[in-house]
Amino acid sequence: MAIKKFVVGSFDDEKVLFPAVKKVRKAGYKIHDVYTPFPIHGLDAVMGLRDTSLHTAGFIYGITGTTTALTFMSWVFNKDWPLNIGGKPHFPLPAFIPITFELTVLFSAVGMVLTFCYICQLAPFVKKHHFHARATDDLFIMVLECTSKTNEEEAKNFLAAAGAKEINVQVAEADWWLGRYDKEDELYAKGTTEVAHS
Amino acid sequence: MSFREQFEIPAKYKMWSMILMGVGLVSILAGYFMYGTGDEHHEARFWGTLLYNSVFFLLVVNASMFFICATTMAMGGWQMAFRRVSEAISFAVIPIGIISGVILLALVFGHQHHIYHWLTPGDDKILLGKAGFLNPTFFIVWTSLSIILWIALGAKMRSISKELDSSGPLSVEEGKKYIFKNTIWASLFLVWFGLTVMSTVPWLWLMSIDAHWYSTMYSWYTFASTFVAGIALITLFVIYLKNQGYLELVNDEHLHDLGKFMFAFSIFWTYLWFSQYMLIWYANIPEETVYFKHRVQGPYRGIFFLNLIVNFLAPLLILMRRSSKRNYTLLVFMSVLIICGHWLDFYQMVIASISKDHVEFNFFDFGVAAGFVGLIMWSTGIALGKRSLLAKNHPFFKESIIHHT
Repeated sequence: MAIKKFVVGSFDDEKVLFPAVKKVRKAGYKIHDVYTPFPIHGLDAVMGLRDTSLHTAGFIYGITGTTTALTFMSWVFNKDWPLNIGGKPHFPLPAFIPITFELTVLFSAVGMVLTFCYICQLAPFVKKHHFHARATDDLFIMVLECTSKTNEEEAKNFLAAAGAKEINVQVAEADWWLGRYDKEDELYAKGTTEVAHS
Repeated sequence: MSFREQFEIPAKYKMWSMILMGVGLVSILAGYFMYGTGDEHHEARFWGTLLYNSVFFLLVVNASMFFICATTMAMGGWQMAFRRVSEAISFAVIPIGIISGVILLALVFGHQHHIYHWLTPGDDKILLGKAGFLNPTFFIVWTSLSIILWIALGAKMRSISKELDSSGPLSVEEGKKYIFKNTIWASLFLVWFGLTVMSTVPWLWLMSIDAHWYSTMYSWYTFASTFVAGIALITLFVIYLKNQGYLELVNDEHLHDLGKFMFAFSIFWTYLWFSQYMLIWYANIPEETVYFKHRVQGPYRGIFFLNLIVNFLAPLLILMRRSSKRNYTLLVFMSVLIICGHWLDFYQMVIASISKDHVEFNFFDFGVAAGFVGLIMWSTGIALGKRSLLAKNHPFFKESIIHHT
């Protein structure tokens, strides 16, 4: 867990947001993330995010499922409890294929969902700081992370010049932590105090 | 910004299509002297080779029109940037349809009962039971009707598309009317396609070679085979035209989607292949397993499993990655592989039923196939040159330009 300082700017127009993201990156500020109410095509490219590796993870989960299904079934039918079913061989590959297929799909689907939740830091009984409540409604929220070299005032002015409507500085927990929103706990109260509004 | 809308057939392209067609003709002649005049078995080999080649390439180019109609019905816009290419490919339905029609009717009129046993059922109870469907009259009527309606409805779809070139940009009202008209004709084509390619035609033309045997999966399986090969053919032409400097508006995103189609329908083909195989393997009823006997345990074992490797394992493993669907070289390689693979599939579907005891796979097969490839190149080249490469007045054209996957 790391409590960091952020400069938060909110935009009300995609057409302003895109050039703003480009300018901010060009100026060398570190973008923590951009929160939008809906998926925006091309924003990931503008932000310079790399392609996800989720599909590679999915492939690995998939072949794990394939191997699990094949090894388990052949162990059961050859070693643990050999049965003669309709005179079929003890390693009836065609009969194994549907189950192998299902297990491949199951493993890769469940594995990818869990991985996706982990990457996005989503889970039950876990909290994340919300930089702006209207990020889920009608505003695009750009969050800059303050490093040791960042000058807050300069960053705020830069965001204003780039077209941000509302700018503030927040000190907040960057990652997720255990706790629930309906039961305020100490950490939440301490970690997310909004330091300044402008 | 100006675009190269008018395709001019390069001299080399023309030369190669002529050479390939020449090779095809020479092979048919050579095949005729080698097989066509011999005993019944040789004759069956000659006609069988003509049958599977003509039917395969006819269904492949017809799949191109199916692609247009299916995307039209789905209100798809992404394919509009290269729609004229698939239209041009579907133009080949006319020459190949006529050739296939002649071959199929020649089989029936020539009483090739070595290929179609049901032509002379005698007192075979099973064949007599199927006589309502498997009889020469129905075969002739249905075959002619199928091919004529594919040609006619395809020509109507192409002419609707051509209207736009002279009309100029459409207003919103005109656009809605235009899309509606497109939808009506596309749905008519699809209904006829469903009644023929997806059900009766493969039963009639190919499955009836094993007249005692039947599989309800067979038509879907044939359709999947030709559709994935059809998409591969569209991809090949799109990449060829791009390399020649045409189709400036087609980019990696469109190719990515074509690659996805090839990947998905290769899996779909395997699903049907396996469903057909496994149910018969599991039930193990002699009258059903007879189809697989000489394929899985006989001389066709190698081809049978090579078929699975080429058409399933290779697309699965190679086309799975995002980067390979955006790589021109890999896509060309996979398209060629898929077309050859499904051609091989048709080979074993037809020839393995005609010549059960030994495999004959030689210059004759390749030569005839080369002839059809040349014919497709020739007719597609002419059709491409006839109209603008860009359907630029189509209401969905912009959607295709900004397409993003």
